[in-house]
Amino acid sequence: MLRYIEPHAHMVSRTTDDYEKLALAGCAAVCEPAFWAGFDRSSAQGFYDYFRQITEYEPRRAARFGIRHYCWLCINPKEAEDPGLARDVIALIPEFLQRNNVLGIGEIGLNKNSRNELRILEEHIQLAVEHDQLILVHTPHLEDKMKGTRLILDALKNHSSIDPGRVIIDHVEEHTIRMVMDEGFWAGMTLYPESKCSPHRAIDMLEVHGCERIWMNSACDWGVSDPLAVPRTMLEMRRRGYDDGWIRKVTLENPARFMGQSPRFKLDGLD
Amino acid sequence: MGAKLSHLPPESRVSLVDLGFMDARFKLTEVAAFLDRVQRHGQDDDFRVERLKGALALLQSGQSGRARAVLEHFSDPTTEPIERAPIQGALGAWPGPPAARQG
Ligand SMILES: [Zn+2]
Repeated sequence: MLRYIEPHAHMVSRTTDDYEKLALAGCAAVCEPAFWAGFDRSSAQGFYDYFRQITEYEPRRAARFGIRHYCWLCINPKEAEDPGLARDVIALIPEFLQRNNVLGIGEIGLNKNSRNELRILEEHIQLAVEHDQLILVHTPHLEDKMKGTRLILDALKNHSSIDPGRVIIDHVEEHTIRMVMDEGFWAGMTLYPESKCSPHRAIDMLEVHGCERIWMNSACDWGVSDPLAVPRTMLEMRRRGYDDGWIRKVTLENPARFMGQSPRFKLDGLD
Repeated sequence: MGAKLSHLPPESRVSLVDLGFMDARFKLTEVAAFLDRVQRHGQDDDFRVERLKGALALLQSGQSGRARAVLEHFSDPTTEPIERAPIQGALGAWPGPPAARQG
C-alpha cells in the first residue's frame, strides 16, 4: 500500500473512526487548516479554544492511529466580514505559532470577495511575512472563485516579501489553475462532492498542467465530504494507467516538499 | 525524491471511453431530466437555469478547454471587491450586476 499525505482536512469535524479509515488507507500525515466551524463563533475566545483543539487535542487523536497531525492558523474569510473580531483573533495567533505542529498561516483568503475580507487577508499576509510563515490560501466557492482568485493573487503579488514558492493556493479548478501556476504559486486541487473537483478532473488537470507544485486533498469537513477522496483518486490514477511513481509524486512527495519548507514538518521514512 | 516525470499522460494505453462513458451518459441524462422538470413546474426562468442552458452550448465546441469555459460561464466576471458580503454561501451562477437583478 502506498503511503500518502492528506494536506487539507478539518478533522475537528470528523469522527475517530475517520482517523482509523485514513490510517487503513495509508495516510501518513494529515494537515488541518483553521476554518469555519459551520457556524459563526461569537467571540475571539471561541477561536482560542479552537486553536488549542488543533494544536493539542487533534495531534493526540491522530497519533493513536500512527498519523502525524499538522495545522495552520488564522481566522477564515467567512468570519472576516467583522474586522473587529478578525483583528482580535489575529492577535491571538503569534502565541500559537511556536507550537510544534503549526506549519503556517491558513486557510486565509476570500469568500464573497468583499472589502473587509480583502483587508483581513492583507493583514494575515503581513502576519505571515513578519513571522516567516508558510501560507495556505482558500479560494472562494463557485461563481466567486475566478474573481476571488485574481484578487488574492494581486494581494500576494503586491506584497514585496512574498515568495510564491512558500504559498499554496487551494481549491483551484480548470478556470483558475493556470493563473496560479503561471505566477509560481503552488496549487491545491480539492476533491469534494458537488463542488470543486472530482477525481477524474483532478487527474485531467495533472495531465494538462503538469505535476509540479501541485497537490490534491479531500478538504473533508462538517459538510457532505469524503475523507478518503485522496486514496480514491489514487485508485482512479491506477485505473488510468499511472504507475506508483506518478501517484507517489503527487500524493506524498509534493505535499512533503511544500510543507517541508517548515522546519516543523517531519515524516519518518520519506527519502 | 521520486522519478523525473513529464506532464504527459502515461505510456500505457487505457480506454478512457470504457472508463468514463457510462458516467458521462448518466450525468448528461440528469441534466436533460432537470431541464424537463423545472420547465414542467414553471421554474425555468430562474437565472441559474438560464446560465445552465447557456453553458450547454459551450459543450458543442470542437476545442478543448470546455470545462474551463463552462466554469467561466458561471463566474462573476467583475474585478472590484464588493462593499459587503450579503450572504456567506454561493449560488453556483453569477446573478448579474445588482441593477440587472431587480427586473
Ligand atoms: Zn478547508
